[in-house]
Amino acid sequence: MADMTATSPGAAPQGLQTADGRPLKAALAASQARAKRRAFYLVAPLLAFVLLTFVLPIGQLLSRSVSDPRFIENVDRSSGEVTPIMVELRDWFKANPPGTEPDEAAYQALAQGLAQLAELRGQGDVGTRINYEAPGTRSLFTKTARRADDLEAPFKEAILDVDEDWADPVLWQAMRDASSRYTINFYLAALDMTRDVDGNIVNVPEDRQVYLLLFKRTAILSVLITVTTLVLGFPVAYLLATLPLRYSNLLMILVLLPFWTSLLVRTTSWMVLLQSQGVVNDLLVWAGIIGDDGRIQMIYNQMGTVIAMTHILLPFTVLPLYSVMRPIKPSYVRAARSLGATSWTAFRRVYLPQTVPGIGAGALLVFILAVGYYITPALVGGSSGQLISNLIAFHMQNSLNWSLAAALASLLLAGVLVLYWLYDRLVGIDNLKLG
Amino acid sequence: MDVTTPMVEFDRVQKSYDGESLVVKDLNLAMPKGEFLTMLGPSGSGKTTCLMMLAGFETATNGEIRLAGKEINHIPPHKRGIGMVFQNYALFPHMTVAENLSFPLEVRGMDRGTRETKIKRALDMVQMGKFASRRPAQLSGGQQQRIALARALVFEPDLVLMDEPLGALDKQLREHMQFEIKHLHESLGITVVYVTHDQSEALTMSDRVAVFNDGKIQQLAPPEDLYERPDNSFVAQFIGENNKLSGKIEALDGETATVRLHSGELIGATAVNIGGAGSETLVSIRPERVEFRHDRIQEGWHTLDAEVLEFIYMGDLFRTRLRVAGHDDFVMKCRNIQGQERLSPGQRVKIGWHPADARALDPV
Ligand SMILES: Nc1ncnc2c1ncn2[C@@H]1O[C@H](COP(=O)(O)OP(=O)(O)OP(=O)(O)O)[C@@H](O)[C@H]1O
Ligand SMILES: [Mg+2]
Repeated sequence: MADMTATSPGAAPQGLQTADGRPLKAALAASQARAKRRAFYLVAPLLAFVLLTFVLPIGQLLSRSVSDPRFIENVDRSSGEVTPIMVELRDWFKANPPGTEPDEAAYQALAQGLAQLAELRGQGDVGTRINYEAPGTRSLFTKTARRADDLEAPFKEAILDVDEDWADPVLWQAMRDASSRYTINFYLAALDMTRDVDGNIVNVPEDRQVYLLLFKRTAILSVLITVTTLVLGFPVAYLLATLPLRYSNLLMILVLLPFWTSLLVRTTSWMVLLQSQGVVNDLLVWAGIIGDDGRIQMIYNQMGTVIAMTHILLPFTVLPLYSVMRPIKPSYVRAARSLGATSWTAFRRVYLPQTVPGIGAGALLVFILAVGYYITPALVGGSSGQLISNLIAFHMQNSLNWSLAAALASLLLAGVLVLYWLYDRLVGIDNLKLG
Repeated sequence: MDVTTPMVEFDRVQKSYDGESLVVKDLNLAMPKGEFLTMLGPSGSGKTTCLMMLAGFETATNGEIRLAGKEINHIPPHKRGIGMVFQNYALFPHMTVAENLSFPLEVRGMDRGTRETKIKRALDMVQMGKFASRRPAQLSGGQQQRIALARALVFEPDLVLMDEPLGALDKQLREHMQFEIKHLHESLGITVVYVTHDQSEALTMSDRVAVFNDGKIQQLAPPEDLYERPDNSFVAQFIGENNKLSGKIEALDGETATVRLHSGELIGATAVNIGGAGSETLVSIRPERVEFRHDRIQEGWHTLDAEVLEFIYMGDLFRTRLRVAGHDDFVMKCRNIQGQERLSPGQRVKIGWHPADARALDPV
């Protein structure tokens, strides 16, 4: 290189130039611009699709997990009109530090807010919102708002007259938290934490902790499922990669079969097999291995979740493994053998290391799918086999606490990203081979 | 083991993969210690299969293979102590060059110090000392080849098998490596079984060459014999370029046969591998043994009329294609020496050769 630049006359000391004197870098960029534009047009539809279906929803999810403005603004269901609510009460919260005993002014502001709510028919939404953080308070809002017009000074007494529970400091703390647009309270809730009456972050009482336990269970079961799929999938992938094509195609069909049947059907068939009056138990009883009264509970618990999910996720380990094993020529193991290694040493030191990218890819894929899996644990998990995703679904569909669902989902996403990062550090993402 | 015990012995070995056809048919072969033997043959003739049986990756269907006098049919590959160079080198891609070489030493339980000296010696032997920490993927084909060679030699086996080790290299590098392998063979005194389907490689490197076809050894002989005294038409065709004229034996008198070519001419030839009078034969003549200049055609030579069809200038050689006795593919090679005449298509000449250079072989 060096002597090439030296012999080309008039070459600038820094950077190469083309024959007609343009900088080489610029010329290269210009000549590649067209190809780059073309490539961009080709991927543009996909890019738009990904943006619309992936980036935006995740953005929405993240923003929802830190914000539920139903205490701040009321949205009219039919017109979509947004009206600020609880303005006076929010001003009072701003003027007074956390932990301040609510005075007459505070109650007056509350009464004004409730009157406005009654007009807007928004007391239900606000009640639901506050109910998330101070359980059992929703009815206070509906009840009191109905009578808001009758409230007269002194407001404190009037309101407490309607219901004494209005004096509960927990409720006031909850309203204070809800009066700011952004909050980390949903994340706190997702981590089994809450704020005490003074606004300090504390753990919730042990008997009400659910999420951490579920996160932990999800992680443990996912690891277990990942390990079982690897253990079961490795020999299958090996067979697939080494059998003559005729047999390996047949085996491949068997491996892919789960993909061609509905998830629901597969899960239900596990129910048929595993329930206490099911096929497996019947067989065991028939064979005399267990007594009729000793039928094993294999489903509607964690075991059911692990068995069914291992089956469903097995192809996701087999396929990446297969794709790394296929090109490993038998001559590597033969070479190792000819160099004096026993077949076990040859496998361990020569074959196995070459399948690491497939093991990594399969494990990562299965683990990520498992931590977010929903249908199977819902159907066969019973109560002890539920995973975090089932709880997310619960908050989306039943309790309608979307922000908490979003916070749980974001934590899950963060966990997966951390895992991905760890994988990149340890194995290197370039080594990931999915097929 | 006494000196006369062959290093490698195939005794009536047969091999079938499918139980229906024999890939190796009745192989008999004995190699003395220190020999460089090449298995040469067309694709699918069973060379690799023989090597695999010797290395222990395939079992002989019938017969015995002996290593230094010991029957090895039931010894697993890792206990045979045979070095092997694979066609695609089979260097472990996840290990560096040094680790690749260290592997056979580690599985033999050698300590670190011994390993390091041996690795260094082996790498220096193939002039790759500077590349110890590279991965195989960072090496060129020729460099990988040397490493594969060093790995097969590092644990000092007595017998080394090489399956087309130079197949993937370009011509120049291949010739260079041929020389180096030959040199290593001589300096280390190892026994080598070498597989190739490149005949010039076989001729230049080997002490003896076994020409394989159809699962059988067609001829096992030193290169010179193979080229100049082929036993049958297959060997004559396979080794080097060869002209063949088909005809019938008219008379047979000891070593000399008189052959009536199908076009009617009568020629004499050395009888090698033919039936009696009246049987079909192929007379084989090497292109460089054919002459067309009157002054060089001597008394007692056979001559035939020929028409020039094509003249090809090849640098060191002139290759002339002729029509002779009804054959369109008769080739004559002349050295490009000072004053050599260049024939042009359409020209008619008289060609001739020494009777000993025409060999009457079996018809194929
Ligand atoms: N594992 C196997 N199973 C079945 N048949 C095989 C197997 N390996 C080789 N064969 C067959 O045996 C015959 C000889 O094969 P072999 O590999 O020994 O040939 P070769 O002489 O090494 O050829 P090449 O020069 O192409 O390497 C071929 O017809 C091949 O199809
Ligand atoms: Mg071969």
